[in-house]
Amino acid sequence: MIKELTISVYLDHAASTPTRPEVVAEMLPWLTDHPGNPSGAHAAARAARRAIDDARDHVAALVGCGPGEVVFTSGGTEADNLAVDGVVRATGGVPVCSAAEHPAVLAPVEDAGGMVVPTDAGGCIDLEALAEVLTSVDDVSIVSTMAANNETGVVTDLEAVADLMAQCAPQALLHSDAVQAAAWMDLPSSAHRAELVSLTGHKFGGPKGAGALIVRTGVSLDPVIRGGGQERERRSGTQNVPAIVGLGEAARLVVMEREAMIQRVSALRDRLEEGLIAKTLGVNRTVPKGFVRAPGVSNVCFKGIESEELLFLLERAGIAASSASSCASGAQEPSHVLAAMGIDRVTASGSLRLSLGHASSDADVDHALAAIPPAVEHLRACARSL
Amino acid sequence: MVAMSGGVDSSVAAALLRDAGHEVVGVTLRLWGGESDSGCCAVSDVDDARRVADALGIEHHVFNLGDDFERDVVAPYVADHVVGRTPNPCVECNRHLKFHRLRNRAAALGYERIATGHHARIVEQPDGTRRIARAVDRAKDQSYVLHMLDQEQMAGLLLPIGDMTKDEVRRHATAIGLRTANKPDSQDVCFITRARGREDFLGQRMALTPGRVVDVSGTEVGTVDAVELVTIGQRRGLALGGGAAPRYAVDVDMSTATVTVGSAGDLLTNETLVDGCTWTNTSFPPIDLSVQTSAHGIAEPANLIGAGNKVIVEWAQPHRRVAPGQSVVFYAGDEVVGGATAC
Repeated sequence: MIKELTISVYLDHAASTPTRPEVVAEMLPWLTDHPGNPSGAHAAARAARRAIDDARDHVAALVGCGPGEVVFTSGGTEADNLAVDGVVRATGGVPVCSAAEHPAVLAPVEDAGGMVVPTDAGGCIDLEALAEVLTSVDDVSIVSTMAANNETGVVTDLEAVADLMAQCAPQALLHSDAVQAAAWMDLPSSAHRAELVSLTGHKFGGPKGAGALIVRTGVSLDPVIRGGGQERERRSGTQNVPAIVGLGEAARLVVMEREAMIQRVSALRDRLEEGLIAKTLGVNRTVPKGFVRAPGVSNVCFKGIESEELLFLLERAGIAASSASSCASGAQEPSHVLAAMGIDRVTASGSLRLSLGHASSDADVDHALAAIPPAVEHLRACARSL
Repeated sequence: MVAMSGGVDSSVAAALLRDAGHEVVGVTLRLWGGESDSGCCAVSDVDDARRVADALGIEHHVFNLGDDFERDVVAPYVADHVVGRTPNPCVECNRHLKFHRLRNRAAALGYERIATGHHARIVEQPDGTRRIARAVDRAKDQSYVLHMLDQEQMAGLLLPIGDMTKDEVRRHATAIGLRTANKPDSQDVCFITRARGREDFLGQRMALTPGRVVDVSGTEVGTVDAVELVTIGQRRGLALGGGAAPRYAVDVDMSTATVTVGSAGDLLTNETLVDGCTWTNTSFPPIDLSVQTSAHGIAEPANLIGAGNKVIVEWAQPHRRVAPGQSVVFYAGDEVVGGATAC
């Protein structure tokens, strides 16, 4: 009577990746054997401190910064909040972000009376519009723009943003939410101009509950969470040692394996996307040609269907995917990212995000290519018969 | 596919269907993203529905039909007020969202029938057609808000708790340990909060016109802040000084922004014009017809003059005037035979 649902094909890595077994193995002793608080003075405390500092080294290597510039947080949202609120608290001024930012950036920017800059058709911050803001507002303190978008995978040229800022608003700091980019992009070269960079472990094989904000030396940033002064007074609270250890191990694996992973997953993503387009009528890539995308994400729009219905049928076929973002109730919300790209609401309601990662395989792509086109055709036939 | 609001009625409906051996999926509709006291879409209600589904071992999904709700329920609700009508948004939500949109979606997803926790029954006629009938629990009867269902919709609908009293529903929920067993009933319009009220909600979406209040002889006796919010039959809120006999709004003239008040006797009428008729089956006119003009009103005997889309309800006894926009439902005994909207 009750169907036991087994998701066999996981195409939602952009929401969260499976935790890698190597990561779990590194974390486990810190859940079972070591009680120490890293701020303590005895051997157990020192062991915990050493563990998170090893993790700090790995995260620093991932981003290309010094270990002292890594501030551990509970995840990407806290890192984004800390970047915007921390700069505004320390220096005042107007925060600015793109319209396609994650709500973890948009909300603090809007709450601080900041400005939201439109995007281009690919969903990247519009440089002309940004230039206008930076020249007309003289006290912009922070510009926040994503390295890779969570819904579409589109990659922003941070170098160009930094050049523009150097020209028009040298006082402003560049923050980049690299939560989705960390698995795919060489941050030491692509994000080196950003003074602030957000990360979270569970998007690249780490556990949920540990992330980091990179705060380059010399940046003025006031804490949001205050208390015992951990993380060099920038984020109080006892560190989540097991999760931070997991974050560090995941970062280490990304640095080691990224090139091979990019090759493998790009090929899978392209085969999936090209297969869908070949086997289905009325489907378009959401990001126009000519824009660079992170390898793991494919966002497509199917004409004449609603993705809420498609996702239901895909779940029945053992496929976990998503459309836009989910609200607190669990309902799918119309995507603000697609709206920022100028995609109308009806088209956007047929969007599907398939995101691949370290756990994806050829069999996953085969299964998706067998299941998705008939599901789309079924829904279109139902809509036609009304 | 069971529409689960997070209340006790739809929780028990889902439980009964599961126990009857159906393959059940629970669905909560997210209709309204704004403020709400409870209604159908508050996150806590979605959580209740989800946790009941978890306890029952059934799948639960949330469908966001917010755009449809805005277009088919909220916008017409406001537009009706602009022209001085008193709409019934719950009827429109049933008509457009639950029994049209959700039903079509259920069919597309492979579910033969939808079910809700409404207190009403579906009864089969000798000729095989179906009618909505009053619930066993008369005090909780919701047949009025289901009057628009056609044969196809009724064939695809299950109302599992229509045969139970509210006490029985709660006892069943308690017996099987559902967390919603003692949850209070939802009330009022889900997208309007008690704290802010209808005037505040409508005031943000339309212009409100101050108006004069006159008695039946035309003498001005008071004023109102918003003539659009006055409903025929209304007694409170008309800014009348303490008079001897209670006075009611008996007419609202939008063109001159004038509300006429009168005695209870002035409120009575012999006939009510209705349009937008729906009929549950073709054997018309039924005998023993009675007509109900509000969700918790009493059905009064009447004849219907005319047929088709627009008819006149001829009351056996003088009846209070019906506010334009209200649903007017035709019953043969306990069974709904049709419905319409007061003109």
